Amino acid sequence: MKTIGYIIQKEFRQIFRNKGMLPIIFILPILQLVILSNAATYEVKNIKFAYIDNDHSSYSRELIEKFNASTYFSVLTDFSSEAKASSAMLKGEVDVLLVIPPYFERDLQKEKYTDLGVTINAIDGAAAGVENVYVNQIVQSFNKKLKVELLQPEDALITPVNITSIPSFWYNETLNYKTFMVPGILVLLVTMITLFLSGMNIVREKEIGTLEQINVTPIKKSQFIIGKLFPFWVIGMGLLSIGLLIAKLIFDVPMLGSLGLMYLYTSIYILVILGIGLFISNFTDTQQQAMFIAWFFVVIFILMSGLFTPIESMPGWAQIITEFNPIKYFVEVMRMVMLKGSSFQDILPQFLKTLLYALIMNGLAVWSYKKTN
Amino acid sequence: MKKTNVIEVENLTKMFGDFTAVNAITFEVKKGEIFGFLGANGAGKTTAMKMLIGISKPTSGKAKVAGFDVFTHAEDIKKNIGYMSQKFALYDDLTVKENITFFGGIYGLSRPKIKEKTIALLEELGLQEVANQLVGSLPLGWKQKISFSVSLLHEPQIVFLDEPTGGVDPITRRQFWEMIYKSANQGTTIFVTTHYMDEAEYCDRVSIMVEGKIEALDTPKKLKDQFKVDSMNEVFLKLARNIE
Repeated sequence: MKTIGYIIQKEFRQIFRNKGMLPIIFILPILQLVILSNAATYEVKNIKFAYIDNDHSSYSRELIEKFNASTYFSVLTDFSSEAKASSAMLKGEVDVLLVIPPYFERDLQKEKYTDLGVTINAIDGAAAGVENVYVNQIVQSFNKKLKVELLQPEDALITPVNITSIPSFWYNETLNYKTFMVPGILVLLVTMITLFLSGMNIVREKEIGTLEQINVTPIKKSQFIIGKLFPFWVIGMGLLSIGLLIAKLIFDVPMLGSLGLMYLYTSIYILVILGIGLFISNFTDTQQQAMFIAWFFVVIFILMSGLFTPIESMPGWAQIITEFNPIKYFVEVMRMVMLKGSSFQDILPQFLKTLLYALIMNGLAVWSYKKTN
Repeated sequence: MKKTNVIEVENLTKMFGDFTAVNAITFEVKKGEIFGFLGANGAGKTTAMKMLIGISKPTSGKAKVAGFDVFTHAEDIKKNIGYMSQKFALYDDLTVKENITFFGGIYGLSRPKIKEKTIALLEELGLQEVANQLVGSLPLGWKQKISFSVSLLHEPQIVFLDEPTGGVDPITRRQFWEMIYKSANQGTTIFVTTHYMDEAEYCDRVSIMVEGKIEALDTPKKLKDQFKVDSMNEVFLKLARNIE
């Protein structure tokens, strides 16, 4: 026990003496949390909208005015020909192109029917889908207004009854994406910092030759690993605290559940990440190798965590893989506890899986650290 | 006066795949002896030493260090030996004092004992002024002396020194050997590898390793007589040349 104390003391001295690492550990994550949470948005805004008006009637102008009034579209200009418009789209200057056919107004009044051409740049399929919905909504509201205008007085009596659904959004009533993203990004930061620090730690001692010196001492493997883990565990918990504070103060993210529960879960979760880090450290010879492998796992973990894309829409085999992704559980628990106010009972499955993961990874870390080759 | 053996090695072998790095070496070292372990680069000195200090598993043979078997009781050996590697192995980003505290601590010394040892060590080396300086900022010669003293902190029976004076100036080398003599006089056994043949002359007994085998083992004087030459340098060259 005393031996562990000496290792912890030494690690902390080294961490706080390293003036290059301190800002990386504490300042960068805070900046990232503030910047990423504001930037990583799912909302589709500032859509570059262009049109070709072949009709030049009061109806066509009215329709375009509707797009102008929308906050989602920034109306650029009208093009004189389709060729010019499509070359602009090719260059990426235009996202959505609306083509109003000739005799638009006349057809609407006489035939009560006409076509509109809409072209959407669908390189980002998800954004294109949203843009399509926006365009349809505007055209429909324009349609409704016309209907009223075009209806003859006697027709007004047989106006069909509309069925409308009124959604009620739970847990995040205002659909504020920051409420959704901030806890997730906080998860990323805690994970990345603790994984990289622990992943590079033992291998660094290998590089400078001090590990050999440690290996000729009678220190026990478990003492060494615990002494190495503890400082980074403290740093991880510190980061969580700073992050939660920022979430509350800057982004006003609600904290419906128990803060204690959050800390309890995180304390186990960080052990998983540290175990993975030390395991990597034991199998690599240089810090570059360790960094490379750590990055490889972090990227997979992040993309398959449900942070940016819902796990439910992944193919079956991918969903099975996500079962082995610790970040997935952390994201789930973070969102459940913070936004839904879930209790310990609710997060029990995630808690148990994480605990098992922690036991396995740290067991592997101790096992793979060999004092004798 | 008959002295006990603190290191006993019999047919110790280490293979890396097909390559035999250490080929069935046999020797023993007596308590309080300064044992020189010589050999050209790549002769297998460091590999042999690593087996004796318990960080490399031998392929075959027998070896006992401080009375413990290297195969089964490597961790017990580690309590009784000190080691100073050719790669300087104190922490550059800790001060002299902090290094002493850390290594004293992991060898299980108590806080008061560490304090006492720190004061004695700094005084002996005359390094009180730099006690709170980072080790990384000190000259190599000083670092080596500190490193040697740190390896003696827990009063081990045997100290293994792997090329301790590599890259160090002649004056510091001399001081270093004075330190070695002093601790040998206090009963510590010294197992030292070196490339400097003048240093070999200081040893009680010397073994010369060539391509994984011990080709000669005796006192420097007897070795010189045996090869009919005047210096250890010539003994070494003769042996190395025979092989080629």
